Amino acid sequence: MIAGQPPGAAAIQAAGLHASLGGSHVLQGIDLQVPAGSVTALLGRNGVGKTTTLRSLIGLVPPTGTVRVLGQDVAGWPTHRIIRLGVGYVPEDREVFTRLTVRDNLRLAETGPDMNYDRVYALFPELSQRSRQNAGTLSGGQQQMLAIGRVLLADRPVLLIDEPTKGLSPKFVAEVVDVLERVRETATILMVEQNVHVVRRLAQQVIVLDHGHVVHTGRADELADENLVRRLLGVSA
Amino acid sequence: MSTFVAITISGLALGAVYFLVASGLSLIYGLMDVLNFAHGIFLTLGAYAGWAVATHVSQRNGAMFLVTAVAAIAAGAVVAAATELLLIRPLYGNPVGQILVTIGLDLALVGLLLGGFGSDSRSIPMPGWLTAVTTIGPERIPNGDFVALGVGLAMLAALTWFLNRTRYGIIIRAGAENRDMVRALGIDVGRAFTLVFAIGGAAAGLAGLLNSVAFSSGLISPLQGDQMLIFAFIVVVIGGLGSIFGAAIAAIVVSLVQVYVTFYAGSGGGLAQLGNMSVVLMLAVVLLARPRGLLGRVA
Repeated sequence: MIAGQPPGAAAIQAAGLHASLGGSHVLQGIDLQVPAGSVTALLGRNGVGKTTTLRSLIGLVPPTGTVRVLGQDVAGWPTHRIIRLGVGYVPEDREVFTRLTVRDNLRLAETGPDMNYDRVYALFPELSQRSRQNAGTLSGGQQQMLAIGRVLLADRPVLLIDEPTKGLSPKFVAEVVDVLERVRETATILMVEQNVHVVRRLAQQVIVLDHGHVVHTGRADELADENLVRRLLGVSA
Repeated sequence: MSTFVAITISGLALGAVYFLVASGLSLIYGLMDVLNFAHGIFLTLGAYAGWAVATHVSQRNGAMFLVTAVAAIAAGAVVAAATELLLIRPLYGNPVGQILVTIGLDLALVGLLLGGFGSDSRSIPMPGWLTAVTTIGPERIPNGDFVALGVGLAMLAALTWFLNRTRYGIIIRAGAENRDMVRALGIDVGRAFTLVFAIGGAAAGLAGLLNSVAFSSGLISPLQGDQMLIFAFIVVVIGGLGSIFGAAIAAIVVSLVQVYVTFYAGSGGGLAQLGNMSVVLMLAVVLLARPRGLLGRVA
């Protein structure tokens, strides 16, 4: 069981979620539920609103509609306050602070005096070896480790992870998936992921978006059906 | 030769004052993308706060000067923090609104000072040692120059330590790179914004006092901040927006060029403004040759 979340309860709920970006109405009434203790994958073609959904849930894109995180109605809350409920966000394209060292990137994610540096360095030993190196000089895979390491420093019961394997070499994909398999024991995860194999390995539930709407919600193992995958995502499994 | 050394030290002291003003401007722009045209009034109010305290203290010694400096710093910091909280915060994402409101604030407060104290300069009472000169061999260097230079170096060291060694400093550096991601780590960036404004205001307030002490025989006037702000903006642009070290280097270069040209080429009547013109020319050259400034980041 995950801290602060009764089994079966929804760790994240959104109803009637609308959001616009640069005058474009991207989310057009998203309804979703992420059960506590689960891994839920958000799928869909490029540009259907997956990243905007994640960013709306934590207020980085201001939404209208209802958002509940860990039982709290967070509509209208500033991002930092939602995050402090116990949410970790790993953005698409890592977004590490390139002019800061690895150590300072991690230091920014501290929420108190007792942080899990041992856990982060055990999962990603390279971060320990490169702690004095500027994050901008890391490879894409190392930056992804840092981006994930940041949210694992504190105990965060909810993780929003945007395309964790995007652009990574097979070696780093395997490493990231191994880490997320371990992390899901202690956190509810909502992740955007294009790699169907990764989704099937990690997730229990999938939510498919199209044109700013949820068009399918189901079990991840249903993605073994190639026809379903082709129909929903336009790709083969 | 002896004149050259004295002028160089005077130029370095002027550079220190420029740096105090420009460092705040640069930090504010680097973190918040705010072009703060009210920065000059923080400087002026700091000088007036120092004057108000100094005229009520009977002793003329180092402790008195320290109290005067603390008053200048506090006035600059408080007014700057209030400006961020009350006027800038509602206008984030509206750069034109920010520019207009900071220009308006500057005009209003300068007007208030002119109405309250008149346009005549006021004199800050200073301890005798501050107005004296130190003779080093053939050189006669005003002590005010040494004080300004020392304070400028101390500010550079303090800012470097703060930005690199403290959590808030790291937040400010990270925020200059990616504000949304700082928020997404659970950090209240608004608090960092207020702190940056307060630091900038404190440095400007101290600059107001030092400028009067080192370069104006202790005289202050309601328009001194606006005059200094023009050169501070030039320093920030030449140094590179958001770069503290860039601001420090540019402050020294600008001030030395200004004093050398003024002394050697512009001392004859009609050429008195040649020093200022050379600074503007230098700005134009930098903008053409290296638009991001000496150490500024690529946009």
